[in-house]
Amino acid sequence: MEQRRKILDLLLSNARESTADIARQTGLDEARVEETIAELEADGVVHGYQAIVDWRQVADDGEHVQAEVELNVELDRETGYEDIARRIVKFPQVSSLRLFSGDYDFAILVEGESMHDVSQFISEQIAPIPEVTQTVTHFVMETYKERGIVFGDRDDDDRLSISP
Amino acid sequence: MRIADRVERVPPSGIRRFFELAEEKDDVISLGVGEPDFSAPWAARTAAIDSLERGRTSYTANRGMRDLRTQIADHVGRYDLEYDPDEEILVTTGASEALDVAMRAFVDPGDRVAVHQPSYISYVPGVVFAGGEPLAVPTRPENDFELTYEDLANAGAENAELLMLCYPNNPTGATMSRSELAEVAEFAVEHDLMVLSDEIYAALTYEGDHTSIATFPEMRERTVVFNGFSKAYAMTGLRLGYALGPPEAIRAMNRIHQYSMLSAPTTAQYAALEALRSCDDEVVEMRNQYDRRRRFVLSRFEEMGLDCFEAKGAFYAFPHCGGDDERFAEELLRQQNVAVVPGSIFGVGGEGHLRISYATGLDDLRTAMNRIEAFVDAR
Ligand SMILES: Cc1ncc(COP(=O)(O)O)c(C=O)c1O
Repeated sequence: MEQRRKILDLLLSNARESTADIARQTGLDEARVEETIAELEADGVVHGYQAIVDWRQVADDGEHVQAEVELNVELDRETGYEDIARRIVKFPQVSSLRLFSGDYDFAILVEGESMHDVSQFISEQIAPIPEVTQTVTHFVMETYKERGIVFGDRDDDDRLSISP
Repeated sequence: MRIADRVERVPPSGIRRFFELAEEKDDVISLGVGEPDFSAPWAARTAAIDSLERGRTSYTANRGMRDLRTQIADHVGRYDLEYDPDEEILVTTGASEALDVAMRAFVDPGDRVAVHQPSYISYVPGVVFAGGEPLAVPTRPENDFELTYEDLANAGAENAELLMLCYPNNPTGATMSRSELAEVAEFAVEHDLMVLSDEIYAALTYEGDHTSIATFPEMRERTVVFNGFSKAYAMTGLRLGYALGPPEAIRAMNRIHQYSMLSAPTTAQYAALEALRSCDDEVVEMRNQYDRRRRFVLSRFEEMGLDCFEAKGAFYAFPHCGGDDERFAEELLRQQNVAVVPGSIFGVGGEGHLRISYATGLDDLRTAMNRIEAFVDAR
């Protein structure tokens, strides 16, 4: 268990770490690392590996718009949160879906190429879902930090190059 | 200009020369840095900022803010150390000031101070500035640079009045377990040595728990323990440390401190107070990162065939490079743009070794290790 945790911590800070370097940093051998990562994947602990992208720095292909959309839903005897969620996750435009405590039920993160794109998706695909009673759309204006990584934060090392 | 003899008796630090060499080149990756690559925990930084906003810019009590001393007393309980915040703790401007004050408070002209080596470069000058006579006690690679009873006896340390001790050690990264330290305590009691124990790297112990020599029988009354915020809390620039000792010892140190320093920096005391109150998690996270890098560096040395004992503390590895370590370090810098510190700078026993600091991000460490490997292969 402790091994799994160690490897998970390393993958969390850098998923591109090579097996050899994970082995060196944990003191496990490479075969053991491979095996543990395969287990983490098979057991549904690790679901994937993705880059964290600052879209403003991606110059070539136009706009990238994100919106956080709050959803209120009405449940009935036959339909629970799970059922609604199962339908919403199918849309490729929805990059995350979470159930919340508090004022609204779900929040989804929607990504698209323009505000129009995103609004249209909400009004044509999400709002009409029978259980959805209300949607509130918040467009993301700026991202400062994502999954622990601060954008534009390249700390210069101002230490003396040699010190006692 | 009139310069006192005691200054002339201490040569400029060997670190300086390497610093200048490294500064001449671009794109150098330095594994020669003796301080954390992290910044102080954010909560500690905001506590310092808040204290400034509230106008807390006066001196504090000579011994440091009472709240801080209370927190320190509480904190060192984790090492089974018990000190009274009113009588037995002195807050200082870095462990450096505490060490300097201690030398002046406990060393009379001509007193011998045993300093095990290789060791942190300030101890010997500290002894000399206080008018004492340093007595080098070499530690040995075959003992992983731990200090043994035999090392002390071989060096004639029974004739010394004081012993300067530092584990986890800079530059070797060596630590000492309870049973190994027991021998040193035995020697100190047998020969009535006072012990100055620099435990600034205590929180950066990766295997087993840190043991303080002050916890052995008959040791508390003859020991002053030094610690600080520079390493564990990544607060080097804030300059804050402390000394723990019996009331007479702290009173003596405070006599000098009250005239020479008045009090440690107030802003830093506020940061330290918050660090102790709420930053344990950050310390653990930094320690975990150092530990991964430590393992990484040790495995890379093994792969490239550089003999290196398993350093278990601080953020240093101390591989054996054979032959002339200064030349090795100079050529490594010239040919591969990697700066390290030659072991001989840290005193006898350091020859033929390099101090490798892993207080550097893993990406740089990876590149630096590849360059060292290329250098070693080409030799
Ligand atoms: C062993 C040792 N003691 C003391 C110090 C100085 O610590 P401070 O920043 O608290 O003065 C250092 C700094 O490099 C050190 O390595």
